Amino acid sequence: MNPPNPAVARATVTVSAGAGYNFAYLDEGTKRMIRRAILKAIAIPGYQVPFAAREMPMPYGWGTGGVQVTAAILGAADVLKVIDQGADDTTNAVSIRRFFTATAGIATTTRTAEATVIQTRHRIPEAPLAEGQVLVYQVPIPEPLRFLEPRETETRQLHALAEYGLMHVKLYEDIARHGHIATTYAYPVEVAGRYVMDPSPTPKFDNPKMDDCPALQLFGAGREKRIYAIPPYTRVRSLDFEDHPFRVQRFDRPCALCGAEDVYLDEVVLDDAGGRMFVCSDTDHCETRLGETRLAETRLADGHTGEAA
Amino acid sequence: MYVAVKGGEAAIDNAHRLLAEVRRGDPAVPELTVAQIREQMRLLVDRVMTEGSLYDPDLAALALKQARGDVVEAVFLVRAYRTTLPRFGATEPVDTGAMTLARRISATFKDLPGGQVLGPTFDYTHRLVDFGLADAGSPDPAAEAEPEADAAACPRVTDLLGQAGLLEPSPPDEGAPVGDLTREPVDYPADRAVRLQGLARGDEGFLLALGYSTQRGYGRTHPFVGEIRVGAVELAFTPEELGFPVSLGTVALTECQMINQFHGHGAVPPQFTRGYGLVFGQGERKAMAMALVDRSLRAAELGEPVAVPAQDQEFVLAHCDSLQATGFVEHMKLPHYVDFQAELELVRRLRAEHAARAAAPAPASDESPLREAAE
Amino acid sequence: MAPTLAHGFADPVHAGQAVFRAAMEALSRPGRIRPLVTALVPPAPLTPELAALALALTDADTPVWLDAPLRADPAVAGFLRFHTGAPLVANPGGAAFALIADPARCPPFTDFAPGTPAYPDASATLILAVDTLSDADGRDFAEQACARQVFAGPGIRGTAPFAAGPLPADWTARWAANHAGFPLGIDCLFVAPGRLAGLPRSARPVDAETVPGSDGSAGSEALPCTSR
Repeated sequence: MNPPNPAVARATVTVSAGAGYNFAYLDEGTKRMIRRAILKAIAIPGYQVPFAAREMPMPYGWGTGGVQVTAAILGAADVLKVIDQGADDTTNAVSIRRFFTATAGIATTTRTAEATVIQTRHRIPEAPLAEGQVLVYQVPIPEPLRFLEPRETETRQLHALAEYGLMHVKLYEDIARHGHIATTYAYPVEVAGRYVMDPSPTPKFDNPKMDDCPALQLFGAGREKRIYAIPPYTRVRSLDFEDHPFRVQRFDRPCALCGAEDVYLDEVVLDDAGGRMFVCSDTDHCETRLGETRLAETRLADGHTGEAA
Repeated sequence: MYVAVKGGEAAIDNAHRLLAEVRRGDPAVPELTVAQIREQMRLLVDRVMTEGSLYDPDLAALALKQARGDVVEAVFLVRAYRTTLPRFGATEPVDTGAMTLARRISATFKDLPGGQVLGPTFDYTHRLVDFGLADAGSPDPAAEAEPEADAAACPRVTDLLGQAGLLEPSPPDEGAPVGDLTREPVDYPADRAVRLQGLARGDEGFLLALGYSTQRGYGRTHPFVGEIRVGAVELAFTPEELGFPVSLGTVALTECQMINQFHGHGAVPPQFTRGYGLVFGQGERKAMAMALVDRSLRAAELGEPVAVPAQDQEFVLAHCDSLQATGFVEHMKLPHYVDFQAELELVRRLRAEHAARAAAPAPASDESPLREAAE
Repeated sequence: MAPTLAHGFADPVHAGQAVFRAAMEALSRPGRIRPLVTALVPPAPLTPELAALALALTDADTPVWLDAPLRADPAVAGFLRFHTGAPLVANPGGAAFALIADPARCPPFTDFAPGTPAYPDASATLILAVDTLSDADGRDFAEQACARQVFAGPGIRGTAPFAAGPLPADWTARWAANHAGFPLGIDCLFVAPGRLAGLPRSARPVDAETVPGSDGSAGSEALPCTSR
């Protein structure tokens, strides 16, 4: 018997996702189904519309809901940005961006301001969003009441009756026990005065950005098969109490790279002797600021002092 | 100087290439063919078809090869492929009573029309490792099979009991459309057809443990194996333009009808009730576990208390799918440092306050760069 | 000679996406008028814009109701059935979408599904082909039954004036009742030649008296108006 030729056996496998699939992967029937759910979600802000999420070629929990929403809205002229933890270059953000480059051939960017569609996991960009932009959130558990009441049949009734006492009791118990509301991310919000909604596991630092936002915000939960939305310029109120108003985290130092203040920072452990530094979680924000600084320095060096920022 | 980590794209490409190489293993060892997997790992192929809810032995075998033998990963590949297929409609209901039997056993009657057909089973093998299998070789030919049992002579045990009114009848087919949980999200409470779909796609290990729990007192159902039959049934489809059924071929199935004690209530006299399990290929463990859980999930319908996990359809259906479960469990591998930072800040602050309370002159606490400010 | 069937979208993937995005923007920003360009030439009285939304949003999973003028010519049903596969239903209460070519005789909103408290999304979307559509402040209106209201709510920065016509005389009262039932209710898309606007149930009619810059007469009542 001839031994197999190792060179042949080692044929590399390249993913050619584009070939043989529809634009943006989903078939048109699935897109229409998702699009109808999106329209109802917009008409009923904060209400979770059930939809028949498909099994996607990436695992549940990896953003299948966000990917389906993005695939349903994306057009050939869109410019897509994908972030995970605020960063464009985290592996799953890279993977999702490549999925759409391969299946839809659309332009991508890391610049928040240049994007028409931004898919995100766990952060809202620091740069203010504009009209015409759509922010698509990947959502693991869309039901804000799920950890208080595990049954869908029950939580559906609670939403129908706008009965959110459970949530207030939970937050108040936190205060009684810890002196603070001990929810730091996925902090519940009330949308347009009616539905209580899970903003996905963004840090509560980002909650104020959802309020009165000029961009449309869409939320997709694939495993849990729900889509919900916040239309532009919609009142989004973080739940709180008169004597314990909602507060966001503030860092008492700027980003060690770009010097930005009032942004969310990642803590980077530098060594095993307690060394650590804090840098922008939003990598585009950081790089844009660094670029501006460099530009200003260049201009200073060139003598164009009048234009220095 | 700290520099933010870059290079996700190159890392992913390199990981994919390494995966392909590791999957192949030692190139000096001949590569597995899809046909070898399909023929010699048949029970694995059957399980992947069942949980992948797609009857295609070659595809399931290829998925197993690509998945390096990981069942859940292979099921994932089959499911993701399945969603891209056009849906032509629903076949006619299969008639398992007309099954070409490879195996048929009943635990409720010593003998019955058509007899017990042991067929290919591990049941009475001694689990001694057969070192002879380490070498290539052909097994002795099996005994000459008897002429295939006449289906009419092998009535289902449940039909025999049903005639006497001892067993609840099968729900009548009223021609109502059957729900499809791949096309509509499950709406609780789900009807039995949708529950059975979920269970058929459900993870074998999860259903096995749940079924087992009912035997240990977590919702006892007094089950008996009325019948397990394994074999081939014909699949027929009625195209809209023809208006009559045409045969699509045969599929191999395992069906388990569990018979459970029931004391009756109100207008219903005491009689036996059913639990049902059906899987592609040969999968008796899964079919039996499914039948146990199906019966438990009928608790509410039969006026029994819903108290244990196996009786709770939201608990069972929302958690039996291996893809959903593995996705959400494994997604914890993805970065969560933004949320962790938020929690870190809270724990530091709570610890600082705790320390301040414990010692009147507050010691220097764990330094936290975070504080909270009003919005 | 048998009549030939009018074509559907030349490029279903991208045309469908463009029409959906226009509808998404329209419902996201109630009352704001957006362009809706389509090359469709459907059988009258189905307008190109009605046809474009029907092809983009409906299929075998969405029962569609047609108003009397659309039902009158079987070519309309033939066109929609062929291109969408949507079941056409006689009962407006069973429809996910209603196509309305004669908006002045739009049936009462109560004829359509408003959803249920548990599933408010199980509600109808009305697509009305109107002659006039305006989101401008002021009164460039002539003699035509036209509903003019000022709205606030999700999607609206401050307030948004919106007028469309012809619509039934009691339209503003209907809308007030529809909004009052939130989260239940119907949602509307209005199309005019080359243009589109949306009114989701969340759009709250505001008392024009309290709207700064309003002429005070543009409250919740039907006014004679027109615009081009």
